[in-house]
Amino acid sequence: MNLKNRRARLVTFGYLIASVVTGATLWGQSIPRIQFEKYKLPNGLEVILHEDHSTPIVAVDTWYHVGSGDEELGRTGFAHLFEHIMFMGSQHVPVGAFDQLLESAGANNNGSTTEDRTNYYETLPSNALALALWLDSDRMGFLLPTMDLAKVNLQRDVVKNERRQRVDNVPYGRADEVILAALYPKSHPYSWPVIGSMADLSAASLNDVQNFFKTYYTPNNATLTIAGDFDPPVAKKLVAQYFGAIPRGPEVKRRATVPTVLIPRDTFLVLEDKVQLPRLFYTWHSVKGFSKDDAALDLLAQILANDKNSRLYKKLVYEMQTAQSVGAFQDGSRLDGKFQVNVTPKPGQKVADIDKVVQSEITNVIANGVTQRELQRAQNVYKASFLNRLASVLGKAEVLNSYNYFVGNPDFVQQDAARYERVTAADVQRVAKTYLGKPKIVLTVVPEGKKEMMLTASGGNQ
Amino acid sequence: MKPLRAVGMMAGLGLLAVQSVASAQGTVDRTKPPELGPPPRVSLPPILTRQLPNGLKLLIVEQHELPLADFVLLVGSGGTADPAGKTGVANLTASMLREGTTTRKSLDIADQISFLGISLSPQASWESSTLSLHTPTAQLDSALALFADVALHPSFPANEFERIKKNRLTELLQLRDQGPAIANLVFPAILYGNAHPYGSPLSGTESTVTSLSTSDLQSYYQANFKPNNATLIIVGDVNPAQIEQKINALFGSWQRGDVPQLTYGEPPNASATTIYLVDKPGAAQSSFRIGAVGVPRSTKDYFALTVMNTILGGSFSSRLNQNLREARGYTYGAGSRFDMRRAAGPFTATAEIVSAKSDSALLQFMKELNGIRQSVPADELSRAKRYLQLQLPGNFETTQQIAAALVPVALYGLPLDYYNNYVQSVENVTQADVNRVAQQYINPGSLAIVIVGDRKTIEQGLRATNVGPISIRDITGQIVQ
Repeated sequence: MNLKNRRARLVTFGYLIASVVTGATLWGQSIPRIQFEKYKLPNGLEVILHEDHSTPIVAVDTWYHVGSGDEELGRTGFAHLFEHIMFMGSQHVPVGAFDQLLESAGANNNGSTTEDRTNYYETLPSNALALALWLDSDRMGFLLPTMDLAKVNLQRDVVKNERRQRVDNVPYGRADEVILAALYPKSHPYSWPVIGSMADLSAASLNDVQNFFKTYYTPNNATLTIAGDFDPPVAKKLVAQYFGAIPRGPEVKRRATVPTVLIPRDTFLVLEDKVQLPRLFYTWHSVKGFSKDDAALDLLAQILANDKNSRLYKKLVYEMQTAQSVGAFQDGSRLDGKFQVNVTPKPGQKVADIDKVVQSEITNVIANGVTQRELQRAQNVYKASFLNRLASVLGKAEVLNSYNYFVGNPDFVQQDAARYERVTAADVQRVAKTYLGKPKIVLTVVPEGKKEMMLTASGGNQ
Repeated sequence: MKPLRAVGMMAGLGLLAVQSVASAQGTVDRTKPPELGPPPRVSLPPILTRQLPNGLKLLIVEQHELPLADFVLLVGSGGTADPAGKTGVANLTASMLREGTTTRKSLDIADQISFLGISLSPQASWESSTLSLHTPTAQLDSALALFADVALHPSFPANEFERIKKNRLTELLQLRDQGPAIANLVFPAILYGNAHPYGSPLSGTESTVTSLSTSDLQSYYQANFKPNNATLIIVGDVNPAQIEQKINALFGSWQRGDVPQLTYGEPPNASATTIYLVDKPGAAQSSFRIGAVGVPRSTKDYFALTVMNTILGGSFSSRLNQNLREARGYTYGAGSRFDMRRAAGPFTATAEIVSAKSDSALLQFMKELNGIRQSVPADELSRAKRYLQLQLPGNFETTQQIAAALVPVALYGLPLDYYNNYVQSVENVTQADVNRVAQQYINPGSLAIVIVGDRKTIEQGLRATNVGPISIRDITGQIVQ
């Protein structure tokens, strides 16, 4: 009906589960627990079922435990390119039929790739559950017989256009890949962006597709979650019929550790771009998702820059009015994490002057901590956002899949909420000191030909 | 062909276990799509209507799945009610609602929003201004008090307005960085010109924003924010009688008043198809906006146009997306839409195209815009109709979705049983209807083709397509000499 209906194959840059799933209690109001059943097929496929009959629709959400962090150097962007290829038909589904069949059944579908995992999902009227299971099982079990270079080439072109639309033709769009390459050693799986480089996308071969599929797209490396209006015995029978005969693949060996990240001193970088205004990006190495200090860092980001009363917004955007915008986030992924603050100065403002304020505000949090009101506001924002994620069957399927994958237990909402409830003002101060007190990567994106605008160690700039 | 057995033989060790599952559950014919049972009966939630003595209309839908509620205060005036020469007033008025009331300061309002864990978002569109509240019901009373205060007692503080203006002017400067955003402004400027409200940017221009003062905003607010010009949409975990009482207490003293009648000039007559090229040196993609003045929301052809556009560019498997993305790889996505407003809004076909394929893409756009005027095959028509009909229940899942679906009902006076009749209305559209509206509203001989891209890479190729003469424009749509 409108342009937004066209499917965008999203690449999520950074996994932000912790930013949306929180809170066991909300001002005395309990968060509903998601009832579910989990079992495994003999071929290793994990299945999670959650019934919700409030709307006659059903979400089918398959997570493959592979992401850009599993790629090889020279093939960056491949996990995401592969995700696109998964929509190009399989042995019993001609090219183009995947979307035609789903849309004419009233379904919407998409997929996305992060550093850590790849998902594929459909939301359908409840009578069409079997259609989604047939299509998803066909691409899990029968992708390669009709795979050819033409399919790969076509989606290679689409993905290159996705990169242009999300990165190259977007102001500040290339900042992320410059920061990742500076923050992480080259052998670190998060040192390249999910979207990959143009050169590596060009290099991907049909052989790469076949090997990747055989290695990672096996039932024993996937979790199928069905949430919504269905009858469990019927769904179980359909799952067994469609997925049960897909052969188990070889055991998947994934990386469990990452190279040490060491930033001995502040590193100052500059990137020229087609922009009117410079932008400063401060990035620190932090911690992986769900680890000890992850929740406190999420709350620190909120307190520093994510509403009008936050430290940096209030000072730079509201009071001094020397900045147009500020932002901050903790990005805790499966194996590692980073914390970022970014600031865009108003026209005519020097980045060195902005930097002095950023440093002084961070130093202030490290030295004096945060107020109880600041902490409470941040915690309440997190609490409320938790409910919103449970509003749709697809949202609930994603919550179940996320916890199942990242902490090994779909039933983790109460524990996750407790992580945020437990954080004290002293914790926020401590993590600010521990992580933001360390050396960092400072990138200034400047207008083309204006390298002298960059922030340097001495602060000196035009 | 027995695909299950074939796989089983390849499976080696997994074979026995797998076969026992398959035989216990029965096998399945994988060679064709499963037969689906009848689609679920669509029963959309009932809408209660109420009216306060001051004329404020209420639309209430109960949805008790989660302890959440959504409120949308819809005021029936937007950018088209901007005074002449003061484009951007509606937009800035909306932005200023959260910047201070007679009893609350800007930072206090922001503190409450975060502390309560709610979202409170003002927005101006062409035909309406909205204030949307999304809240956990545990916070309902505090959230509603803030919502009503922001809606009814904004104070438009001068110091906050100076900050908001500086912010807006910087946004207008930053817009020059973005080819797609430039195309979105140039396209309506060319279609509608200066004399029609749809030709000016909703968020104002550098000169109008600079010249506005808080008294312009006060006047706009006083003239248009009246209960008899508003509907309050309420969806969620609420008791209708109780919520009506609360709303009465908060909004009952809002004074009714006359609201100025809107007049819309006629848009200029369409010119012969012309390419309007805006240079964006070094752009990796060319931003295409192709179209013409379309139809008002009141058109009797609404459903025929919706079905036709679904086939042309309104779904993933539509012709434009299949051609430009899935067959040729020129773009990450292509589509089209009719933006229907009180007066005739634009019809626009859109894509971001890799620079080197700008000329080829233009020819494919023209091929599809011509092709849709031919009779549409019956199976393609039926796929599009099923897509529109069967995805309807999914649009009524969350409180936010339901509230959004009620906005056009309130704004354009659609019947309350509109969505209950939607499936039948789509069903009634015939092949001849689709053909007729395509011929009537898609005229390849009189299209405005706006392309924002790297002129030195793309101009020659575009010229060689002979689709139309090329007119070089600047980022406001004015002719470059």
